[in-house]
Amino acid sequence: MNKYPLWKYLIVLIVVALGALYAIPNLFGEDPAIQISATRATKVDAGTLARVEQILGQAKLEFTGTVLDETGAKVRFADTETQIRARDLVQQELGDGYTVALNLLPATPGLLRAIGAEPMYLGLDLRGGVHFLMQVDSRAVLRKASESTADDLRRMFRESRIRYAAVNRLESGAVEAVFREAAERERARELVRKDLRDVEVAESERGSEYVLIARLSETALAEKRRFALEQNMTALRNRVNELGVAEPVIQQQGADRIVVQLPGVQDTAKAKEILGRTATLEIMLVDEEAMSSGASTVPPGSKLYRMRDGRPIVLKNRVIYSGDNIVDSAPGFDSQTSRPIVSITLDARGASINQRVTGENVGRRMAVVYIEIKSEPRLDEQGRPVLDEEGRPVRVSRRVEEVITAPVIRQQLGKRFQIEGLDSTQEANELSLLLRAGALAAPVEIIEERTVGPSLGQENIDQGVKATLLGFATVVIFMVIYYKVFGLIADLALLVNLVLLVAVLSMFQATLTLPGIAGILLTLGMAVDANVLINERIREELRNGNTPQASIHAGYEKAFSAILDGNVTTLIAAMMLFNFGTGPIKGFAVTLSIGILTTMFTAVMCARAMTNLTFGGRKLKTVPV
Amino acid sequence: MEVFRRKTHIDFIGWRRPAIAVSMALNVLTLIALFVSGLNFGLDFTGGTLVELAYEQPADVEQVRRTLTEGGFRDAVVQRYGTTKELMVRLPVHAEGQSAAVSARLVAALRESLGEREVESRPGQAQRCVPAGGGEPRACALQVKRIEFVGPQVGRELAEKGALALILTALGILVYVIFRFEWRFAVGAIAASAHDVLLLFGFYAVTQIEFSLTSLAAILTVLGYSLNDTIVIFDRVRENFRKMRKHAVIEIMNTSLNETLSRTIITGGTTLLTMLALYLYGGDVLSGFALAMIFGVLVGTYSSLFIATPVTLALGITREDMLPPKKEAAADAQP
Repeated sequence: MNKYPLWKYLIVLIVVALGALYAIPNLFGEDPAIQISATRATKVDAGTLARVEQILGQAKLEFTGTVLDETGAKVRFADTETQIRARDLVQQELGDGYTVALNLLPATPGLLRAIGAEPMYLGLDLRGGVHFLMQVDSRAVLRKASESTADDLRRMFRESRIRYAAVNRLESGAVEAVFREAAERERARELVRKDLRDVEVAESERGSEYVLIARLSETALAEKRRFALEQNMTALRNRVNELGVAEPVIQQQGADRIVVQLPGVQDTAKAKEILGRTATLEIMLVDEEAMSSGASTVPPGSKLYRMRDGRPIVLKNRVIYSGDNIVDSAPGFDSQTSRPIVSITLDARGASINQRVTGENVGRRMAVVYIEIKSEPRLDEQGRPVLDEEGRPVRVSRRVEEVITAPVIRQQLGKRFQIEGLDSTQEANELSLLLRAGALAAPVEIIEERTVGPSLGQENIDQGVKATLLGFATVVIFMVIYYKVFGLIADLALLVNLVLLVAVLSMFQATLTLPGIAGILLTLGMAVDANVLINERIREELRNGNTPQASIHAGYEKAFSAILDGNVTTLIAAMMLFNFGTGPIKGFAVTLSIGILTTMFTAVMCARAMTNLTFGGRKLKTVPV
Repeated sequence: MEVFRRKTHIDFIGWRRPAIAVSMALNVLTLIALFVSGLNFGLDFTGGTLVELAYEQPADVEQVRRTLTEGGFRDAVVQRYGTTKELMVRLPVHAEGQSAAVSARLVAALRESLGEREVESRPGQAQRCVPAGGGEPRACALQVKRIEFVGPQVGRELAEKGALALILTALGILVYVIFRFEWRFAVGAIAASAHDVLLLFGFYAVTQIEFSLTSLAAILTVLGYSLNDTIVIFDRVRENFRKMRKHAVIEIMNTSLNETLSRTIITGGTTLLTMLALYLYGGDVLSGFALAMIFGVLVGTYSSLFIATPVTLALGITREDMLPPKKEAAADAQP
């Protein structure tokens, strides 16, 4: 009696060993590091990393390791002094296309990193940083959509010579077209139904007027909202990049909200300024005469620009239309040549201008210019930041202009057209992103902001760890005193529980927050419940005069249904917390849920394995419980 | 060691009338407290701005108030918090809609009054400032520990979601208990938990501890704990219904409560120990949570003993209700 088959011991052993392996990284500290990520058009690859290593090598700045992953390249250093010098140097050498940020990397030994063992990810309340919750103004999206519908209707009516009295936008976001004659309205209705698939129409009469009400369909509207949100996220990502923040989080929350988390950032004013910044696109014509003459002077009315690769290009000053007129852009392939392309959709105003200008300029080139206002510290000749009389770095605004593409116009273009002559799908993707990336599609408002100072973060960790250890210790001591050997077994199970909990949280890279620590502690307090149930049962069976072995067996068997039912109810509560909670509460719910599962395993299976190993198969006179 | 060396014979069910009377009275008092003083809703619910500051030197609250009034923050409430060096500043939501940028202006104004300005800081280190007259950057005399801004719309959503979470949790558990036990047990369990949750609200109303997002977590956790406690007792009742065939229902329940009593007390005890550790050493942010949990565990233990089972009894539970009818029928059908 009370023997496990070998495979059960093996399972327990393997799980515990794996748990220990994946929990260990949390014991190591963090190394100072720099993180190199790409802005806009550049890419961080092995070549970039080699370049960085070369730069550091020449400056005799020693680094202890490098990583290349999807967030960019990271270089570790032994101390913060080297880290800061390396940051300034690398940023200066690599230039504008890259952002170099100070970062802390887990000092996990390489062997553990190789099997994917990483420490838990610390939430902002434990490491310091800023959390923003932004609300996208969906009324602005609706307004923009109805403006575009109204433009479309006017243009269509004009082109098809339908006589209309007025086209008005309504409060509800719909657009009404007013006609004097029923026949005209009928023609209009047919036209709309044929050409504007996304628009639903209804009719009504008002006195002697015939009214057609056009409304964007719910699906089309939802699509527009989704698009606005995505574009805003891309734009915010670009701006955050400029802040040089290591591992920023930009996530969608719900249908119209965006979470931005900037770990380690303390200067919230600067963060807000940059997040609120605008970037835009302008479309201009290439000054072919100036380009072909090769003259060193730029004629009046034109200006010298640079392409992304640094080649000079002269553009005519007049802006044809701007990024605001671009409604959509998507990468794709040309159906005939199978070459990568980017297809672009303009709004009605952009379309009519495009039509006119491209019609007059077939064979010439049209340039897309990316414009952004950057604020950056002014540097002196040695590349050090200039300080004002109060010792603050002087910041200057700089207008960054860059020609991202200049394709040849092959025919007259309209509302939809495509940009060809791209080298790769990669380039098509990037260009399409850029075309959408500059400006926010709809205004955003910060509706929640939480900043945690770094000292408070550390304080929170220290206090959390102290409370956990203390709570753990008192429970452990109590259990040994109260249940003797069985208390010791319960304690070992509790220790395994803590290790497994940390291991699972680390494996899933769940975010550990302050309430999460409370969740761990609460789990530990409640986890002994299962062993208390078992041990009390064993005592009861002994009192009823059963043999020691039978009592141990019955103790585990009979306690199980209570353990199961009790834990499932708590799990239901934890899942509800997860479903409805936000941020830190979710973290609490996650630790609580995982804790319940590890408790079920350790308190029942691990403890049983230990009990069997200690007492199983022997003749017992008494049970030390 | 053993607290209950012998079998206890406490007549829990016999105490049901006074116990329920006491609980009713406490619940009525809770409602009165909620009506009279209400909950001290925190920033998460009300919206507004909160800034927690740590000074190098003990802070002069009056001076800070003056600086803020001069800086245009007339509605600012300045409080001491923890030690003499720590302050908390609160700003209500303004009618015209308050932007998050306010906090940055507020901190800048306070730094200016100390004659320092913030410069770029490094991750993982204290915020760094330079003196107004120029010089080397050093750790600021005024460190911002925490800034929170919550827009008014967020709070309302949170309250709605919180209420929904409570109701759905109760429903989910109700379904599970009906499935695993019987409907009378489900009602008993929910009655005991509702009792605990209401009293916990009362605790928040009486102590005026800030009711925040974490408080909501505390309430749901207490709900889970109280249920866990109740379910373990019910499990024993279910078992004894099958075992003690000749006993009256009241007797079965009393026996079950007594048999599980030591477990109830010990688990409550270990949970209290950990929450006590959290209360004493977990820091300001979690002390409120820990205190609520301590109260919740005490109330939860009480309600498991005196409310859940008596309610099930009052609903007229009989042994037949607990016997698996199909199996019996099948057994009878066999020759």
